[in-house]
Amino acid sequence: MTETFPSFGEGTEPPPSVAYRSELAPGLLRVYTRRYLPAALIFVGGLVLWELTVRVFDIKRFLLPRPTAIIAAFGREFGTVTAAGWFTMREAMGGFVLGASAGVGIALITARWTLIRDGLMPFAIAVNATPIIALAPIMNNWFGITNPMAKMSIVGVIVFFPVMINMVRGLSEVSPGSLELMDSYGASPRQILRRVRIPNSLPYVLGAFKVGTTLSVIAAIVSEYFGGSRNALGVYISQQAALFHFAEAWAAILVASFSGIVFYLVIVAVERVVIPWHASMRAVAEG
Amino acid sequence: MNPSPAVSLTRVSKVFDSGAGRVHALADIDLEVGSGEFVSLIGPSGCGKSTLLRLIGDLLEPSAGSIRVNDKSAHQARVDRDYGIVFQQATLFEWRSVLHNVELPLEVMGRDEAEREQTARSMLDLVQLSEFAGHYPYQLSGGMQQRVAIARALSFEPSILLMDEPFGALDEMTRERMQTEVLRIWAQIGTTVVFVTHSIPEAVFLSSRVVVMSPRPGRIAGIVNNDLPQPRNDDTRESPRFYEKMTEVRETLRGIEAA
Repeated sequence: MTETFPSFGEGTEPPPSVAYRSELAPGLLRVYTRRYLPAALIFVGGLVLWELTVRVFDIKRFLLPRPTAIIAAFGREFGTVTAAGWFTMREAMGGFVLGASAGVGIALITARWTLIRDGLMPFAIAVNATPIIALAPIMNNWFGITNPMAKMSIVGVIVFFPVMINMVRGLSEVSPGSLELMDSYGASPRQILRRVRIPNSLPYVLGAFKVGTTLSVIAAIVSEYFGGSRNALGVYISQQAALFHFAEAWAAILVASFSGIVFYLVIVAVERVVIPWHASMRAVAEG
Repeated sequence: MNPSPAVSLTRVSKVFDSGAGRVHALADIDLEVGSGEFVSLIGPSGCGKSTLLRLIGDLLEPSAGSIRVNDKSAHQARVDRDYGIVFQQATLFEWRSVLHNVELPLEVMGRDEAEREQTARSMLDLVQLSEFAGHYPYQLSGGMQQRVAIARALSFEPSILLMDEPFGALDEMTRERMQTEVLRIWAQIGTTVVFVTHSIPEAVFLSSRVVVMSPRPGRIAGIVNNDLPQPRNDDTRESPRFYEKMTEVRETLRGIEAA
């Protein structure tokens, strides 16, 4: 019977991805140059423009230091700022892990008991829209100003809400067709959770994690502005600024930016491993 | 008719109660589908043909009447996995490879891994997609995705296959190839098929009986027995008998409009 209809042309088509890869391989260098060169040029151009503007218009050092001055300060203070950066990043990452785990955990509970979800979500969305960072002095008071837990708890709370809200969305915004299909197999709610809802929520959660990395670094540094250990980046920045050592402050900001970007990229890498099938990943791969 | 039909509906009605008001989707449906039969449900939009299919599959409950599937309640038949279903959208899980999509129902049923893979591979053979086992759904064309959905629906060897406009989203050429393929599979495994469509040539090409439905509320307006010889192929589509049957179905559909 099979031989009666040997070739449905369709079946023999190469899938698009294969054609794409074989096309790309030889011109790889050109593709990467085309993709990253514009950004690199703008970065370097921006620095040059900054340097020239400060020199030509003779802008005061305490308003805006020259990039070269900042780099020099970074070199002088290298040990201090990197140690402070690491100290603060530990707070940011620790808080992130706390907040993200709690967010995922609570979201999973709401998937099981939708009553909890319906009761909790309006408040979660409301709290998420408030400036939680304003709680930083309160947390300093609760945990003690030099206790890293004071900062981690702020970071945790800030990361918690977007993670929880997005995971709940990912667990509930499942296509009705997928649910009908699972029903047709007589699948249990647990099987539906594990095989449909959780995989469906992964792109939502990872998106929230990416937002969370940025928020966690901001939250750690800003809460340190309200006081904290002398080894902390936020404390260093506010002290140097108070002493008019602006090049040093900027050097520390450089460390903060770099750490935030690295943290973000870690999640991007996780995304590529966990959800390579998702449309957003394919856009990255093919764009 | 067959003493123990695959599907039997007696005075089945379905009313949807929504905020906007009551919609009478189906009224007084009496229908029997014999074991091994290929029955199409055809009618204009809103005639309740998809609703009827979901009632048979116990994805909806009837407001009145009784539904027996393999001589059991529709609910029991669903729990016993007596039917496989294919929708208009392939509804593949994008995070699973083609092979793992086909394995999904077997996983839900708790079959062991070796058996799952073996069965899924033979199903992919059946729909002629073996070499795409490791691909992801987005790498397949619409027609190929729908063939994966068919393989998935058949993977646990259900005695009944429910199909809800499965080729509605495909282009005409692919659609005709898929119809030929469904008939080939049907001949090969001898399953009962209930097939919802709004295409007259599709209904005539595929089925042994065409159930013509009228809308608001959905009723059975007439049944066209279709004795076109098997196996059917591309020559069937050009035969005079094919056109006669299409005319018969069309006139039954016109009768609805006149009424």
